[in-house]
Amino acid sequence: MTTTTEQSSKRLNTAKAMVEAIASEMERDENVFVLGEDVGPYGGIFSSTTGLIDRFGPERVMDTPISETAFIGAAIGAATEGMRPIVELMFVDFFGVCMDQIYNHMAKIHFESGGNVKVPMVLMTAVGGGYSDGAQHSQCLWGTFAHLPGMKVVVPSNPADAAGLMTAAIRDDNPVVFMFHKGVMGLPWMAKNPRSIGPVPDGDHVVEIGKAATPRRGSDVTVVTLSLSVHHALDVAEELAGEGVDVEVIDLRSIVPLDTEAILESVGRTGHLVIVDEDYQSFGLSGEIAARIAESDPTILKSPISRVAVPDVSIPYSRSLEYAALPTRARIKAAILEQVSK
Amino acid sequence: MEARVQRELYDQMVLIRTYEEAILREYHADKKPVFDIGAGLVPGEMHLSAGQEPVAAGVCAHLTTDDAVTATHRPHHFAIAHGIDLNAMTAEIFGRVDGLGKGRGGHMHLFDPKTHFSCSGIIAEGYPSAAGAALAFKKRGTGQIAVGVTGEGAANQGAFHETLNLASLWKLPAVFIVEDNDWGISVPRSASTCVASNAERAAAYGMPGIRIEDNAVEAVYEAAGHAVERARNGGGPTLIEVHTLRLWGHFEGDAQGYRSDIEGVPGQDPIPTYEATLRSAGVLDDAAVVETQTRATELVESAIAFAKASPEPDPSTVLDYVFA
Ligand SMILES: Cc1ncc(C[n+]2csc(CCOP(=O)(O)OP(=O)(O)O)c2C)c(N)n1
Repeated sequence: MTTTTEQSSKRLNTAKAMVEAIASEMERDENVFVLGEDVGPYGGIFSSTTGLIDRFGPERVMDTPISETAFIGAAIGAATEGMRPIVELMFVDFFGVCMDQIYNHMAKIHFESGGNVKVPMVLMTAVGGGYSDGAQHSQCLWGTFAHLPGMKVVVPSNPADAAGLMTAAIRDDNPVVFMFHKGVMGLPWMAKNPRSIGPVPDGDHVVEIGKAATPRRGSDVTVVTLSLSVHHALDVAEELAGEGVDVEVIDLRSIVPLDTEAILESVGRTGHLVIVDEDYQSFGLSGEIAARIAESDPTILKSPISRVAVPDVSIPYSRSLEYAALPTRARIKAAILEQVSK
Repeated sequence: MEARVQRELYDQMVLIRTYEEAILREYHADKKPVFDIGAGLVPGEMHLSAGQEPVAAGVCAHLTTDDAVTATHRPHHFAIAHGIDLNAMTAEIFGRVDGLGKGRGGHMHLFDPKTHFSCSGIIAEGYPSAAGAALAFKKRGTGQIAVGVTGEGAANQGAFHETLNLASLWKLPAVFIVEDNDWGISVPRSASTCVASNAERAAAYGMPGIRIEDNAVEAVYEAAGHAVERARNGGGPTLIEVHTLRLWGHFEGDAQGYRSDIEGVPGQDPIPTYEATLRSAGVLDDAAVVETQTRATELVESAIAFAKASPEPDPSTVLDYVFA
């Protein structure tokens, strides 16, 4: 269910699309407020809150001290009292310092209270590498959050989904971890990804959490991926179309819940699967997808699956090494060609 | 103060500034006309320490390379003052194989066992490992000490408080430095704590806390001297906060639109100020200033040349060093 009651759309980059979605929810519901490091006058290091403080003031857009346990914990407490905080911690790599609040509190309160206490909050953060920011600023780690029960995990790849998923996340009665890749935000100081600017529907645009999208239909092989890798996969698919290989690309959009149906349906048609994941390979998303197929019906596969992920190494600083670790177009293309040759 | 020490402090500050200006130049050289953080010879985030030289010079003057220093995401001034190999540090910043971390670490992740130097991109996380190094030194009875460095923004982080408590409890041979440059990225100190000085917080952990208000290298030198002596003699840790100055942006590319104090800032540059003091005291003259600058420029430019001549790591080695 992708609600599109709206008639028109406007072209925005992903960052602006997120800001617009947050602003309209703040207008709609006075319980929504934003807090985090540099979310005020700076507007978010990755422009996820730009201009909000001018529109809503410092009472509703709160810069915090560098005290993640305290301010994320405070968001949790406010949420249990019926507010709907959106809290940003700028890089997912920093979550180690406050993980207890996240996985023992934010994610468990609803369960431990037997469903009596809700924690309706959004925890947003930037993920991903590709610009030499080193091992402590380039991880994705969505598999880590997805592994721990009790929080939804959404990872948009484009402006329309970022807006629609943000609206859904704010309205959700669960804690939602909203992870945006720096490379899809459309920031002026990052290498340009042409799809980081796109149409965003006007009006009440909601993208249901848990439904994958299929940005490209194809019959030969299915690429299941998310976030920035969607764009790499689409680029490769366009290239391969000229070589007679018809690639289907699935953009997961959320990994908790994971749209297993969409994956099974697609792989059922193509028989070939490449999973592209910018997170570490072992014990993560790619393994989970493979397991779900194995549990459901491994006979839909005409060949063993391929994984293109970070090969269990911290993200290196040096460009030559970083690009050897990341799921690049070249690696994705090689995996697809290998699949269709089997 | 002895003229020899004054000259050393001045030389150290000039070396650091010369280094940071050279990195600034190389960082931006090939990111034009449109700034792209991932492009160029030195990609990624870059946090430079111009304005904070008095802290590193004043503290490290009391250390030898047997002592440990754990610095922050803004590490170069402490690395240089602590005597790190400039060539290896620069090669690391350029992501080359001859770098301290063979190109794996980058500018926020400099590890040098020779000088017991390390740093981290995660706020306040250098404090616990400073305590750990101090614990090792204490257990071995070697007389070495450890210095942890952090920013005033980081002083609101749990690791800061937990470490001060532990270090005081165990009477560790450590000195904890807070560089108060008034800003944690865009958040002014006044918006991150109600405490006027982080030195006051030391009282909560039963250790001395000293605040130096004016970014003066000699005041830092004096205070650090007492703290280092106390640590070496088994007296336990001291917290020193220096009210210093971030002359440039939080990172390169930071337009600092949020910053209200920017107008008056260049006038407070501690290096010309100290130079003037030393000139009127007769410690420096034109010839000495030129000599200091020439030597610094030579060292820095040869480090940059060394880095540029070092090869990029071979992509086929990407899986190296995950395990020992
Ligand atoms: C745990 C953690 N939270 C947030 C950040 C993002 N961050 C990097 S530098 C910085 C501000 C640090 O301010 P301060 O400690 O005063 O040091 P300064 O940059 O002024 O030297 C922040 C919030 C981080 N690196 N680690």
